[in-house]
Parts: sequence; structure tokens; C-alpha cells
Amino acid sequence: MAARKTKSKSKAKPDIMFKVEGLTKVYHTGELDIHALSGVDLTLYEGELAVLLGPSGSGKSTLLNILGGLDVASGGHAWFRKDEITQLGERELTRYRRDHVGFVFQFYNLIPSLSARENVALVTEISKYPMKPEEALGLVGLDHRLDHFPAQLSGGEQQRVAIARAIAKRPEVLLCDEPTGALDSKTGVHVLKALTSVNEELGTTTAVITHNMAIADIAHRVFHFGDGKITKTYTNKRRVAPDKVQW
Amino acid sequence: MVSVLDKKLLRDMVRLWAQALAIALVMASGVSTLILAVGAYRSLEETRSAYYERYRFADVFATAKRAPEFVERQILEISGVAAAETRIQEFALLDIEGMEQPATGLAMSLPDHREQRLNRIYLREGRLPEPGRVDEVTINEAFAVAHSFKLGAKFHAILNGYKRPLTVVGIALSPEFIYAIGPGDLIPDDRRFADLWMSEKAMAAMFDLDGAFNSISLKLLRGAREAEVIKQLDDVLERYGGTGAYGRKDQQSHAFLDAELNQLKSMAQVIPPIFLLVSAFLINITLTRLIALEREQIGLLKALGYRRFTIATHYMKLIVCIAFVGILIGAVAGTWLGQGLTRLYADFFHFPFLIFQRGMDIYAIAASISIATALAGGMRSIYTALTLPPAVAMSPPLPTHYAHLGIEKLQVVKHLSQLTIMAIRHIIRWPVRSGLTILGIAMSGALLITALFSLDSIEFMIDTIYFQADRQDATLNFTQERPVKVLQEVEHLPGVLAVEPYRAVAVRLRHGHYHRKLAITGKPPGADLSRILDRENRPVELPQSGLLMSERVAKLLHVTRGDMVDVEILDDSRGQGSLDATSIGTRRSTRRLPVAGIIQSYLGLAVYMDLRALNEMLDEAPVVSGVHMAIDDSQTDKLFAAIKGLPAVSAIALQGASLAKFHETLATNLTIMTTVYVVLSVIIAFGVVYNSARIQLSERVREFASLRVLGFTKAEVSHVLLLELAMLVIAAIPLAWIIGYGFAWATVQGFESDLYSLPFIIKTDTYAISALVVLGAAMTSALIVRRRIDRLDMIKALKTRE
Ligand SMILES: Nc1ncnc2c1ncn2[C@@H]1O[C@H](COP(=O)(O)OP(=O)(O)O)[C@@H](O)[C@H]1O
Ligand SMILES: [Mg+2]
Repeated sequence: MAARKTKSKSKAKPDIMFKVEGLTKVYHTGELDIHALSGVDLTLYEGELAVLLGPSGSGKSTLLNILGGLDVASGGHAWFRKDEITQLGERELTRYRRDHVGFVFQFYNLIPSLSARENVALVTEISKYPMKPEEALGLVGLDHRLDHFPAQLSGGEQQRVAIARAIAKRPEVLLCDEPTGALDSKTGVHVLKALTSVNEELGTTTAVITHNMAIADIAHRVFHFGDGKITKTYTNKRRVAPDKVQW
Repeated sequence: MVSVLDKKLLRDMVRLWAQALAIALVMASGVSTLILAVGAYRSLEETRSAYYERYRFADVFATAKRAPEFVERQILEISGVAAAETRIQEFALLDIEGMEQPATGLAMSLPDHREQRLNRIYLREGRLPEPGRVDEVTINEAFAVAHSFKLGAKFHAILNGYKRPLTVVGIALSPEFIYAIGPGDLIPDDRRFADLWMSEKAMAAMFDLDGAFNSISLKLLRGAREAEVIKQLDDVLERYGGTGAYGRKDQQSHAFLDAELNQLKSMAQVIPPIFLLVSAFLINITLTRLIALEREQIGLLKALGYRRFTIATHYMKLIVCIAFVGILIGAVAGTWLGQGLTRLYADFFHFPFLIFQRGMDIYAIAASISIATALAGGMRSIYTALTLPPAVAMSPPLPTHYAHLGIEKLQVVKHLSQLTIMAIRHIIRWPVRSGLTILGIAMSGALLITALFSLDSIEFMIDTIYFQADRQDATLNFTQERPVKVLQEVEHLPGVLAVEPYRAVAVRLRHGHYHRKLAITGKPPGADLSRILDRENRPVELPQSGLLMSERVAKLLHVTRGDMVDVEILDDSRGQGSLDATSIGTRRSTRRLPVAGIIQSYLGLAVYMDLRALNEMLDEAPVVSGVHMAIDDSQTDKLFAAIKGLPAVSAIALQGASLAKFHETLATNLTIMTTVYVVLSVIIAFGVVYNSARIQLSERVREFASLRVLGFTKAEVSHVLLLELAMLVIAAIPLAWIIGYGFAWATVQGFESDLYSLPFIIKTDTYAISALVVLGAAMTSALIVRRRIDRLDMIKALKTRE
């Protein structure tokens, strides 16, 4: 796949990171089919921080999961740079996730039996150019919590460990599904700061799902979801720093 | 460097230790039964064959009344015979100071000026009697131990009518008497039966057998046809009062040992596979569910980019670790128990040495079965979790779709609480899982029944033999057949209340090409002390003609009631010691008799006929071989003293002593075996219930936490789980009985031999005990799990999920 681009270059003429055309996803659950995505088109550029907004059940997670290679689409196409994700098999999807994607989930999904450092090391052990776990944890402001187990960390701290785990392999894209959804606003701000700083300092293309309008202000661009479709897209004229966000 | 995944593995092991240990113990039970049973069987088998080999145990045995020495050369010429050893052997009553009852000894001559050629004795201590010394004897070790006889000890023996003092000069063991049982006894009693080895010259003088022998053993060449040799040997010995030669399979010690080894083998073939299968099955279902719980973590690892193979390996390592602990515990316990069992057997049988045979194959088989079943169980779940797209694996399972029970409208159901309905719906929602749990619990109960029922069967057998069939107090065996008037003499002995004669005749029964050497016992009409029982255990009268035979004999000869059998008489006292030329070349007399009925007999190859008819068939004046007696308990001292002075009596069997010994032997041998199996069954019962409760709890921790949040008390929340568990256990119990019945039946089939067959009896108590043990194990594990519910952290449980 394409070599890593620098941030300055992407400013001039940003490359396309994700391209999505007519993506659909149907869940077959016994009696009725659920159309989680019914024809989504979108483009994400390199280095961009995008926010996906929308009510619960509108298909945001489904899209992100397909983009991250966690789930497979029912129809339509999605490309990561030159590669069509929707064509990849199980083995290539694993490679793709391993090499290019970092995930952050609403419920952190840390391994309870591993410490903060070890949860990060879980990823660094299998990546090509990883940071040191300590470094990644430093980036999210957790240098003092290296050997704590998830159960000994607050929700915000656990989420920051999850972010550290996601960025430690220096992914090209960071996909975050309601990273602040389980957090209060004060801790949420810490998490958002960590995300924006990763986006700025490492140039990682970042997509953040939220149903919190206020958070949308930190993004370069915002996508509104409704009923499995993108209903509105706009670019923020003025981005707000994470610590100014209130909810 | 240890990879993070391996660290996770270690911590998972620590986190799951209780469940892992429960699974490992179940597995260890299966492994140890296999190693224990096979180890004991192989050790004894190996010990026996080494003993036979080194001490030259003979292949063919025969006795005669009196055969001149030159006959030995004639016998050596029979083709297939490699070596022969002749001797003089006679039964003798023993009078031992401090022992009221007479004991019985088998006196055997040892060659005076050469080594024994066959059936060599193993001298443990002391020496052999000096040539010609009538007062020196080497005795068997068990007898010496039973009486604490040291070298130099003295006792009396009635040898050919004379009471002689004997001094113990040596203590020995013989491959002929690994299992030594007195005539008429059902179980060995080392106090009351002895092997006595004496000088040949001395015995020849005592029994008036100079230049003659009455017992011969042969070693055959490899590939020799035993049946052919026996036939020719019988022909040679016929005119010297031969009573029919026989091979090892009819040699008492060998046959008993063989039956015991077969039993051990069948136990090794039936019980450990059952244990192993049950434990494998349990491990399979437990691991399936344990791994299913890891679904989200598997999804996460996939999301992080771990390969399927790596993830699968990680979980397989977990399973292998658990299996390894189980195999280790099982191997150590099995080896230890196996050695214990071997020693126990070696005590009961008399071996001069023991060879512990291990054989890595058994360990390898047990280990690979365990690992394979464990992996098979785990792999199913791993595979399911791995094939799910990570997004799906990581999201909590959708709310389970419960069905209405369809009985909600019933009046009774309206009184059930919502919690009870929750429990019932959960069982119904997962019918396969509930079914497997029920089956698992039932299996452990079934194993208990399999372990316990043999005690019931044996108890029933003892009751039948001692209290329904052979109800006499004592049995006298005469040195040789006596005229019936001997009955009056016995009747007049002090303390004798009733007498009942019997006559045993060695015969070979033939039906088509099936034949068997055995003894026909003749009984008087209306015999009431020693009774014959039919297959329903009701006493039956002997018909005036024809034979009654046990099921086993009928099966061996392939006959049913009404068939005719040929009776070849081996024990023909008319030709006794006769050198009369007219008898040379005559064939043994043969009669044809109908099978008048099939009867019950748990011991030996029993065939009966009317005593008068038997005597008539032999064209003889009425004679008897022995007498059953009812005796007055208060006069036994006088009676025994009188019997010790009777030259005609060669042995006395005492039912009371025999029964006591029977119980004592059972108490050690069977009880130990049963205890081992019971303990293992309990472990399995506990393992299943505990694991199933723990997994239930993990699966439903959020549900339970939500209930707590809604304001239900700890007791109410436990109620849901415990009620469900209780319903599963109660459903399992009848199933356990049915499966246990089947397992027990399979075990009984393996017990049958020519020497005894086990009745198939399972008492209500056994069913009850197995149910109680399962309930107990269930309650204990339920209580442990309940403590966990009580300590449930609802915030934490809810925090992680919507
Ligand atoms: N595994 C699944 N099986 C069935 N339906 C699902 C599954 N995952 C999501 N859905 C359904 O798809 C729709 C979109 O879900 P999702 O993408 O999670 O929404 P959002 O993240 O926007 O809240 C919802 O109606 C949801 O119920
Ligand atoms: Mg969502």
C-alpha cells in the first residue's frame, strides 16, 4: 500500500484515504431484515479528523466497522487508498487491520487480565513500526499508570489506554466508536484531547462517532447520519479546541 | 521474552483456577482409572508369567491312586511332553495348638536327591526337609504368617491315620498355590489351609507308596496339543486309578488367578473407558462454554489484527494447560493407586515377588484421549468465535429471544414468581445445553451406581450361597469314598444335629464337540442342608434321573433342558490300583443322560444328580465322598476334637469361618476399589455441577446485576440460578439410574468365569446413595456459586455494557 505521507504534504493536496460508494448492510435477524446501511457514499481524506453524528441505530457503527474491516458489507464498495476493502477475504482483512487500522471502542474493550502497558504491548508485538508502549501511553497522558490493571483505572483512563493501544502501531487511520460515550464531560475532554493531538502530531486520519453535537465542533468535517444514510455533510469553518467543548 | 498473549494465558489460568481445577480433576479421574486398572492388571500378569517361567509351573496335571515309577517313562514318551515331575500328595487334617477347629493340609513329596523339575518351590526361609525325615516339613508362607509360625514351630498332622508331630524347617511359596483354597471352601483362609512339603522317602513310607506316585505334572513342548496329551495321559493312567488329567485352565490356583485377572481386565476395559468418556464429555461441554465466554476477547484480538491461527493457538494453549494439569494429577494418582491395588492383590494371592509393569503406552493413551477431547471441546467454540466477524463477536450477544412457555395461563403458573418463570424459560430456551448438563450430571450418578452395585451383587450372592443354598454348618471330606454307613458314625459324633451325604464324581461331559471336565455331585432326595436353587433362587428337588446343571455349564456345552449329554466317568473306583490285565485297553465307561433342568449357581461348574441314580450308574454299592452337617454351636470343641481323631476325614470346611473370611476379604479388596471409584465419581459430579453453575453465572452476570439494581435481594437473584440448577439436577437423577443400570449390566458381563458368575443386583440403597451424592455435590457447588452471586459487583457488571 501507499507509503506514509507527511502532514505538510497532505495540506497541499490531500490524498483520498477512504472512498465509499453505495454501501449497504442488511442484518438478517429471524423474522425481519434490518437495513443498517442503505446506500452510503462518502470520501475521507488523509490527515482529516471526521466526526460521524446521528441518532442511535442510524448505522454509524456499522459503517465504521466495515471501514475498519471488522464486518463485511452486503453491497456497494469501499476503498482504502487503492484497495477495495469490500473485496478482501478474511486473511487480507486481518492483515489490513493489523497494518493500517487503530480502533477505539465505547466500552474500551481492554483485556482485563493485562495491565495498561501489556494491553498496549498486545498490539506493538504484532506491528511493524510500533512505538514503545510507554511512549504511546505517554501521548495520552498515562505515564504514571503503566502497571495498573483495567479494573484499577477510571473509565477515562481505560479509554485513554485504548487510544494508546490504537495508536501505538502508528496506524494510518484511527476509528473511534463513541469514545466518550461512557464518560462524563471532564474525562471526555481528556480523551478528545488525546485524539486531536494524535491527529495533529502523527497525521493519523481519524473518524470519531458520537451522537453529541457539541463534539462535532472539533472535527474538520462532519457527517450526519439518519436511517442508514448520510443526510448532511459540512466542513467546520472554525474548529474548537477539545477543552472548550462543553456537554 | 514471554509474549503478552502468554502472560494473558497465565493470568487467565490464575483467574479461572477454580474452574480449571474442577475440569482438571474430572480429567484426572478418567486418566487415573485407566492407569490404575491397566497398571494393576499388567503388573499382576507380568508377575505371574515371570513366576511361572522361573519356577517352571507345569502345563498338565493328573492324579492317580497308585502309579508305579516306570509309568513316568511311559508318559515321557507321549509326544509333546517336555518334562514330567511325579510326587505323592495326600490331604491331612492338622491339629494346631490354640486352634479349636481342625485345619487341612495338602502334603506333597519333594524329591530327596535332586532338584524339582516342575512346580519348583521358592524357599523364603529355612531349608527343605531332610531325606527320610517324617517329622520335618516346609510350609507355605501364608500359613506360616497366619499362625505366626517361625522356623522350629511345631504342629500335628494326621497322616494316613496317624497323628504325627511336625517341625517347620522351611517356609516357601509355590507357583501351584498362588491362590490356595481348602477343599470345600469358597474363599481362601490361610489359617485353615496349608501346603506341606515333605521328604519323598518319608511320604512313601507313610502312605505305603514305595516306588510309586499318585500325582504327576507335565511340561509341554511349544506347540504341543494339550488336549491330545491329556487324552494319552488319561489312557496311560487309567489302570492306575487316574482321575482325569487336566490343563492349567482347570488347575485351581491358575483358574482363580486367571478369573481374577480377567475380572481386573474387564474392569480395565469397562470402567476406565466409561470414566474417560464421561470425563471427556464433561470437559467437552465445559470448555465449549468456557471458550464461548471469551467470544468478545476473541473478537477484540481479531480487531487488533491478530491472525486466526495465533488466536486459536492461544486458546488451545489454555486448554492444553488445563488438560496437562489433569493428566499430571491423574497419572500420579493412577500410578500410586495402581501400585496399591497390585499390592492388595499380591497379598490375597501369594507371590514371592512383584513386578510393577507400567508401560508408557497407557500414559500416552490416557493423555492423548484427554487432550484430544479437551481440544475438540474447546475448538468448537474457538472456531465459532473466530468465524464471527469481529464486530459481531465483540458486541454483546443480542438479547436472547425467549419463548412464552404456553402454560402461563395455567392457575399454578400464575402463582410462580417472575423469577421462577425466568429460570424455567432459560432452561427451555437452551434445550441442548440444558440437556447436556443433565446428561453430564446423570453420568456422574451413573458412575456411582457402576462403582457401588458390585457390593450389592456380592452381598446377594453371599446371602444366596450361605443362607439359601449351602446352609450346612460344616462339611467333612473323606480321604476316599466311604460306604453309606459312615453316616451313622458321623451322626453319633458329639454336637451333630443333622447329616446329609453327598458324592462327587469326576466326569467329562460331552455334547457334540463341546466337552468339559467337571464333577457331578450326587445328593439324596429331600436334601435340606445343601439345597439346589432354580434360576429364581427357589429350592428345587432333584429329579430321579437326569442332570441338573448351572446356566454356565449349559452355556459351555450348548445344551438346553431335554438335550442328552454323554457322561464319561473319570473317577472310577472299580479299577482302583488294579493291575488286572483284563482292564488294560478297556475304554472308560460312558453313559447318556438327559438334562433335566437348568439351575442357579454362582460358584463353579455345578452339575447335580440323584445320589442313588449316581451310585447305580457307577454300578456300585452306595458310597459317599463327604457329609454336610448341622452342628450344635455349644459343642463344637468336642466335635472338632473328635474329628481330629478320625483317620477317614481329610478336610473339614466350616461355613461360618468361610463366611467370615468372605466378608473380610470383601471388606478389604472390594471396599478399597469401590472407595476409589466412588471418590472419583464424586469428583466428577462436583466438577460438572460446579462448572455448569459457574459458567451460568458468567453468562448471566449482567442479567443478575440488573436484577440487583432493580431491587431484588441477593437471595432472590440466587434463586433464579439455584432453582434452574435444582431442576437440572432433579431431571438428571432418573436418567442417572437408567444409565447406571446399563453400565452395571455391562460390568457384570465381564465378571463371568467358570469359577463364579455375579448375579446382577442393584439395591434401592445404591440408587438412593447415588442420588444423594449427586444432590450433595450439587448443593455444595451451588453454595459456592451462591457466595459469588452475593458478592456480585453490580456497578462493575453494568458499567461495561449498556
Ligand atoms: N449484529 C447485528 N445484528 C442485527 N442487527 C444489528 C446488528 N448490529 C447492528 N444492528 C442494527 O443495525 C442498525 C444500525 O446499528 P448501528 O450501526 O450500531 O447504529 P449506531 O451505531 O448508529 O447506533 C440498528 O438498527 C441495529 O439494531
Ligand atoms: Mg453505535
